[in-house]
Amino acid sequence: MVDMPLVTVEDLGVEFVGPEATVHAVNGVSFTLTKGEVLGILGESGSGKSVTLRALMRLLPRKKTHLAGRVEIAGRNVMALGEHGLSDLRGPIVAMIFQEPMTALDPVFTIGQQIVEAIVRHEDVSPAEARRRALELLELVQIPSAKRRLDTFPHQLSGGLRQRAMIAIALACRPQLLLADEPTTALDATVQIQVLLLLRSLQQELGMAMIFVTHDLGVAVEVSHKLAVMYAGRIVESGSVVDVVKRPRHPYTEGLLGSTVHEVPKGARLTPITGSPPNLAALPPGCSFAPRCRYAEARCTGEFPPAVTLGSHLGYDHVARCINSRRVGQPETATS
Amino acid sequence: MFYYILRRVLYTIPIAIGVSLIVFTLVHLAPGDPLSAVMGEVDQKMLAEMRASFGYDKPLPLQYLIWLGSALTGDMGYSLRTGAPVFRTLIDAAANTMVLGVAASFVGFLLGTSAGMFAGYHHGTWVDKAVSAAAIAGVSIPHYWLAIILVIVFSVQLGWLPSMGAGAGASLLSWDAWKHMLLPAIALAAIPCAIVARTARACVMEILGMEFVEALRARGLSERRILLHVSRNALPTVLAVIGLQFAHLLGGSILVEVVFSWPGTGYLLNLAIFDRDIPVLQGTILLLALFFVLTNLVVDILQTFADPRISRA
Repeated sequence: MVDMPLVTVEDLGVEFVGPEATVHAVNGVSFTLTKGEVLGILGESGSGKSVTLRALMRLLPRKKTHLAGRVEIAGRNVMALGEHGLSDLRGPIVAMIFQEPMTALDPVFTIGQQIVEAIVRHEDVSPAEARRRALELLELVQIPSAKRRLDTFPHQLSGGLRQRAMIAIALACRPQLLLADEPTTALDATVQIQVLLLLRSLQQELGMAMIFVTHDLGVAVEVSHKLAVMYAGRIVESGSVVDVVKRPRHPYTEGLLGSTVHEVPKGARLTPITGSPPNLAALPPGCSFAPRCRYAEARCTGEFPPAVTLGSHLGYDHVARCINSRRVGQPETATS
Repeated sequence: MFYYILRRVLYTIPIAIGVSLIVFTLVHLAPGDPLSAVMGEVDQKMLAEMRASFGYDKPLPLQYLIWLGSALTGDMGYSLRTGAPVFRTLIDAAANTMVLGVAASFVGFLLGTSAGMFAGYHHGTWVDKAVSAAAIAGVSIPHYWLAIILVIVFSVQLGWLPSMGAGAGASLLSWDAWKHMLLPAIALAAIPCAIVARTARACVMEILGMEFVEALRARGLSERRILLHVSRNALPTVLAVIGLQFAHLLGGSILVEVVFSWPGTGYLLNLAIFDRDIPVLQGTILLLALFFVLTNLVVDILQTFADPRISRA
């Protein structure tokens, strides 16, 4: 790739400092993203996906959070930005779609007011012009009878329309990077697909980069160019969608694939991952997945395994952080 | 929205009738005859005649209907003590109470809301702790005690402000009227101010923890703009408490009015109780109860403007 990466994240660490314990939510996450690229971050609850997104926008409560590492978005050193710089970053450069549209929209302001407000904050336009743009945005996210919907309150919309409205707000200032935090999880199955397809087509149409966080493998595959699998605050495997899904090289990814109904013949038994995720306040040394791993050996508990590059597909390196990565990889035998 | 308001207005009619019924029953449940208290030892024949002339010999339900009927036309009888028409007396007293209540709420609610919101927004800081401590003191101090202390300090010792009455000046805008109003208004405002401050603080803190505030930050809005969103969301709750407290100011100012001899409904009620002046007593209690009903009505209507979710529920 000749393009300068739009997003560079190096060794990102997030710790929540509490009175009783320090929770290590994100432990050394690194990735890059170029313009127009979609990264899917996959992982179960508590794996640090959402925290990573919030750290990119510095949305985490300042007092209780300790951030480490380097984040650069569109040439700006995000970690060094002050209050003002951050508010200029949020909206026109990075925007976020939240999981639950009901709680993430201000209930006492109309959809139109919320879009207009965002536009007026970042661009030097008149309220009338901003309102015209707001209408365009609602049409862009395919909200029927958009003109009328401009003056409705969030509670007057259905879940799907509400999420579309949230997407419209996020797109209000034409961001270069869109962060989507499980945007389809709270929606009905039928609406999920529609919103997903909408997001994918908007991303392509507007040429935005997107980071799509989900625990739903099927959803991640649908929108992403490359995938990163997170476990206990670390990226344990990354690569092109095909590499990660068809040729998983980390036991955790293999376990995730084995426990979803994605492309599994009807009647076949699903294989759950035994055990439960580690306590992020007291992470074991070495590989955090080792206690649940069927390939684990004595070496695994020594130190966190280095990244092993196993190949490349469509320009994306396939990287796994497992010392046994070459033994992992035959899902058929693994699930038997 | 219009139908909601209309419905809400119509609801107040049965409530008002119920209130009047309770007021009437309560007053007549008290043992003893209203006239015997006033007349003292007189011969039985004369007492019976008096009773008949006041209508006290009729069965209670009939008395209620007669009272309600005439009350609706503005005739609430005559005071047993002074002989003045009750309606006229009530209007004068209500005006005085209203003036004091509005003055107290202006001070109390403005200060309470802004201090509470500020404390909630900066919660954990020393400002927050100071406001919280002041608010706890405010709700804990009895207002009549505060009234007496204010009189001792500002009237007796410093001699700055008058200790009783509403002043002789007819105009509300005269300095004399203001001077008379100041101490009772402060004494009256203390508790509502503290209650509103606590509500506003808790409310703002709760809203700050909601996801949409994070989402607003993610849109790059300024902190001032976010504060606007937060206060707009806190408004319905704060408004509801303000409404209740305003009704309390109008109806619950009895002790403060007595301490300052403020010629309002509370003072009137106090006199009527000690004199067993039934017509005045009935009228005053009814009026105070209607204050509550009306304030609630106004607050409910205001809330539909503050929170768009209400009128659809």
